[in-house]
Amino acid sequence: MENKEIVIRSENVSRKFGDRSILNGISLEVYRGETFVIMGGSGCGKSTLLRHLIGALKPDSGKVYLLGKELSGLSEGEMDMIKKKIGMCYQSAALFDSMTVGDNVSLPLREHTKLDKSVIDIVVKMKLELVGLRGFEDLMPSQLSGGMRKRVGLARAIVMDPEIIFYDEPTAGLDPIVAGVIDKLILDLSKKLSITSVVVTHDMKSVFSIADRVAMLYEGKVLEVGSPDEIKNSSNPMIRQFIAGSPDGPIKFFQQKDDYLEHLIK
Amino acid sequence: MNIVEKIGSIILGTIRETAEILKLLAGTLYWLIFGPLKNKFVKSDSIFAQMVFAGGGSLIIALFVSFFTGIVIAMQSAYQLARFGANIYVAPMVSVSIVRELGPVLTALVVAGRVGAAITAELGTMKVTEQIEALETMALNPIRFLVVPRFLALIIMLPCLTVFADLMGIFGGFLIGVFNLGLDPYRYLTFSFKFMAWKDVWTGLIKSFVFGMAISMVGCYMGLKTKGGAEGVGKATTLSVVTSFVLIILFDCILTGLFYFANK
Repeated sequence: MENKEIVIRSENVSRKFGDRSILNGISLEVYRGETFVIMGGSGCGKSTLLRHLIGALKPDSGKVYLLGKELSGLSEGEMDMIKKKIGMCYQSAALFDSMTVGDNVSLPLREHTKLDKSVIDIVVKMKLELVGLRGFEDLMPSQLSGGMRKRVGLARAIVMDPEIIFYDEPTAGLDPIVAGVIDKLILDLSKKLSITSVVVTHDMKSVFSIADRVAMLYEGKVLEVGSPDEIKNSSNPMIRQFIAGSPDGPIKFFQQKDDYLEHLIK
Repeated sequence: MNIVEKIGSIILGTIRETAEILKLLAGTLYWLIFGPLKNKFVKSDSIFAQMVFAGGGSLIIALFVSFFTGIVIAMQSAYQLARFGANIYVAPMVSVSIVRELGPVLTALVVAGRVGAAITAELGTMKVTEQIEALETMALNPIRFLVVPRFLALIIMLPCLTVFADLMGIFGGFLIGVFNLGLDPYRYLTFSFKFMAWKDVWTGLIKSFVFGMAISMVGCYMGLKTKGGAEGVGKATTLSVVTSFVLIILFDCILTGLFYFANK
């Protein structure tokens, strides 16, 4: 990884919602062209971290650099320039219900470029072909299954040919075959087009099939960053427990702070 | 102390919300005026779609409400005026009260219930399903993209609807005047318009313009700040309609007072 260009860097990013501290000083670096996976249990702050990396949320303290620019100091116009170079795949796909699949995918092109409609139509077909949904342009999102919606969301995220794509739980709630297809898509995009990918997931199979590097998040802190092999062979008991998916270990499933018996008889 | 605290927090909350809605209005006007200068036009087809929804879809019910209101005013005023043998004054009674007051207000209430609620429910659903965030991530400003077309549609369509509603209300009164009170149709219509000044018409339309602003701003604001899934959308929609209703009556009172005292 020497001499690699850093495209995303977070320095000590912290964020609180009310009294709950969600991110506790997260520092990460993502290099150009790699697939960087952020994994961790539900509620560990990984989706929140993703939203800080794309500038949708602002950290209480700490800094985020995206494509070389520090986000908090940017004007709206500069932020828009950066936003056009990134794509985001939402967990719920976040397709616009009132638009057809084709209009959903073409929206950024129609709004941000002066391309002719015929060109836009061709680009939309190409992007839908990439996700295996060519011919579905005229359907409404409500007519699609969950997996198809996610693939349309992916097509929309890549329609502007972004430098970085962010994925929020791309395989959550999908059957294993569709999950495999999505993983392969992420790999293809990053290998063939050398797009940088940042993936937030807790799907272990997906982690080890797509990741160049993995960061394990727990309670708003980075436990460890390394290659998939390093993570697999980590000596950290929390990471070992997470990968094995075992209920017993240092990570507690129960989050109550008071004593169970006391709580019952209170 | 507790009650004082509560009243204080309600007042502070209202001030804060008012400030937020005014901020949204400022943002909307900004995009409306400066957007075209930055070559970021609001899409005409989305404005058109909103106008069809707000105007075309509300026309029938607005006419319905106004028609029966016209009938009711004619009957109620005839009940009083008959004692003085002044039945013919039913005509200006209906036309002036419809044009000045009831046409704009009732149409606005209909539109607030129908269109304002729909705006909040739609934007609220978009908010809780991450669609608003997705727009922002694509560098598309939700105010330009979602709020401005709805704002424009309502400030244009509500006065238009009001004109039709006014005519329908006068027609309702006309039917009672002619068929029930036995007045001469020509004389009824002459009396209807003789006692009505232009000022009555345009003050009514100014009212409906202001109501259109209030409905669209409240609807969009409540939608964009929706939190908490389906339940949150329901709550936001209810709050939006209630707030719009209160604001319509409030602005009606303020504007009527303004026109009344300005005339003195």
